[in-house]
Amino acid sequence: MLNYWNKEIETIGEDSLAALQLKLLKETIKRALETSFYKVRLEKAGITSCDDIRSLGDLNKIPFTTKDDLREAYPRGLLSVPSKDVVRIHTSSGTTGTPTVIYHTKEDIDNWTELVARSIVATGVTDEDVFQNMMSYGLFTGGLGLHYGAERVGATVIPIGGGNTKRQIQLMRDFKTTVIHITPSYALHIYSVFRKQGVELLDLNLKKAFIGAEPHSENTRRKIEELLNIDAYNSYGLSEMNGPGVGFECIHKCGMHIWEDSYIMEIINPVNQEVLDDGEEGEIVFTTLRRNATPILRYRTRDLAFIHEGGCNCGRTHRRISRIKGRTDDMLIVNGVNMFPSQIEEVVMQIPEVGTNYQIQLEKDGALDKLTVKVEIYSKMFTGDIHELDLLKAKIKEDLRASIVIHPIVELHEPGSLPVFEGKAKRVLDLRPNSYKEV
Amino acid sequence: MAKQINVFMENKPGRLQSITKILYENDINIRAMTIQDRGEYGLMKLLVDKPNQAHLALVDSGYASALKDALAILIDDSPGGLYKLATIFLNQGINVLDGYGFVIDSKKSAIWCVEVEEIKQIKEIVEKEGFEVLEDQSLYEL
Repeated sequence: MLNYWNKEIETIGEDSLAALQLKLLKETIKRALETSFYKVRLEKAGITSCDDIRSLGDLNKIPFTTKDDLREAYPRGLLSVPSKDVVRIHTSSGTTGTPTVIYHTKEDIDNWTELVARSIVATGVTDEDVFQNMMSYGLFTGGLGLHYGAERVGATVIPIGGGNTKRQIQLMRDFKTTVIHITPSYALHIYSVFRKQGVELLDLNLKKAFIGAEPHSENTRRKIEELLNIDAYNSYGLSEMNGPGVGFECIHKCGMHIWEDSYIMEIINPVNQEVLDDGEEGEIVFTTLRRNATPILRYRTRDLAFIHEGGCNCGRTHRRISRIKGRTDDMLIVNGVNMFPSQIEEVVMQIPEVGTNYQIQLEKDGALDKLTVKVEIYSKMFTGDIHELDLLKAKIKEDLRASIVIHPIVELHEPGSLPVFEGKAKRVLDLRPNSYKEV
Repeated sequence: MAKQINVFMENKPGRLQSITKILYENDINIRAMTIQDRGEYGLMKLLVDKPNQAHLALVDSGYASALKDALAILIDDSPGGLYKLATIFLNQGINVLDGYGFVIDSKKSAIWCVEVEEIKQIKEIVEKEGFEVLEDQSLYEL
């Protein structure tokens, strides 16, 4: 069954989309010139009016915007409407320094909600579903974004937010929750609690999960699907681009459709900023097309992915991106070799004898970096044989070496002994002096 | 055949206490135990009076535990007791993977609990040679 929320726009033809994008880009430039930050930035690049943009090819005249730019513009440098028109503010946590802020008008929230509604309908959600939103509410966009979208579709929304696993499970059982919105690490954690609470999957009515907010591997998705006996759909969003609903998988689960009537998507080489072709992996860059209060032009997300070539069987014409391989700033350099935590996860999740939780630790050992990968023994696959444990350890080591070209130390731990985070997982513990981290 | 519980444990303070606490709270008596050590982790091997119950209690508490067949052979607690059995093992070409012994009745009888491959065949061999291989129940009635 093919469901659309807004069939006309979701199946828009290539030419119509390009025309729409150009029209909206010009409007966005006009709004950007109203902000103190972009007025200076754009004029320096020779853009003083929206008429300086004549085609989508003129996009490359526009300078990139970085996270640091957003910090610099904090708090009001990117506001393009009178304060009274702002109905909501989302700010980032600012853990690494100055926070960033995104303002929304009523229309902005409405547009965002529309994108989320389209997204979840693409996974088959209807007004008959019961949607339990396990993402944090508040300034974090993951909670409110999906909440509004699910309400618009007419689903029954349980706005519990993150954490409190016992209560989550109780509500899932009592209200026959069919769809959950959850981080991958929490999905794995919650499963482990079912048993302790004496709840069987058969007692629940779970059908789907939307997973997002942290990079994860295909194997993690499969593990979640197998353990919970559900379909798990990848969700992509970032607060600078509203939050969730930027991209979402449809029922075919072959990459996330990016709503290109609302965002212009480019993939660039993060080193020389050259724009790459579809199929080439690089950093995702977005330009907002429908945001009034905080227009952002060519924003460098630091997320690495590639655009899938060709159409999708669902009929949606909006292009799909691959899963996020990692963030440019997640990349670790270990003894001169570049690697992403996701590569380690990929290996660990393929091995049935280890559990769903793992940790990566980096230390200095003299002049060299020491990489330790800690995994938990999976109790259901435990045979009680010490030689099998020896072989398991050797296998993990060898598989990791083949994947990341580094000899790691592998540690086996008891089930449930590694730290669990009920929000975004912090899998990497980098204990090396700061100078060794990639900035 | 008697059942032995093999539990995965990290080599750090408090693990032995945690496992024995679970056994205590489930009213389980330990007949014998040994630890097979691998440095950072090891296996704790236990002979207990209620192996199934002990295994489930450990799993429910989050431990990786496995129930294994154990060859518990009754030997004399006197000089040459184990030697007699070891000679049979040699003559039959049986290789021992791991094992531990404990006294049941001082100066009279002891148990040699042994891990071997193809445990059922070896049980038959040992019994044919006149040794008694104990079941769970008899192991605790001693």
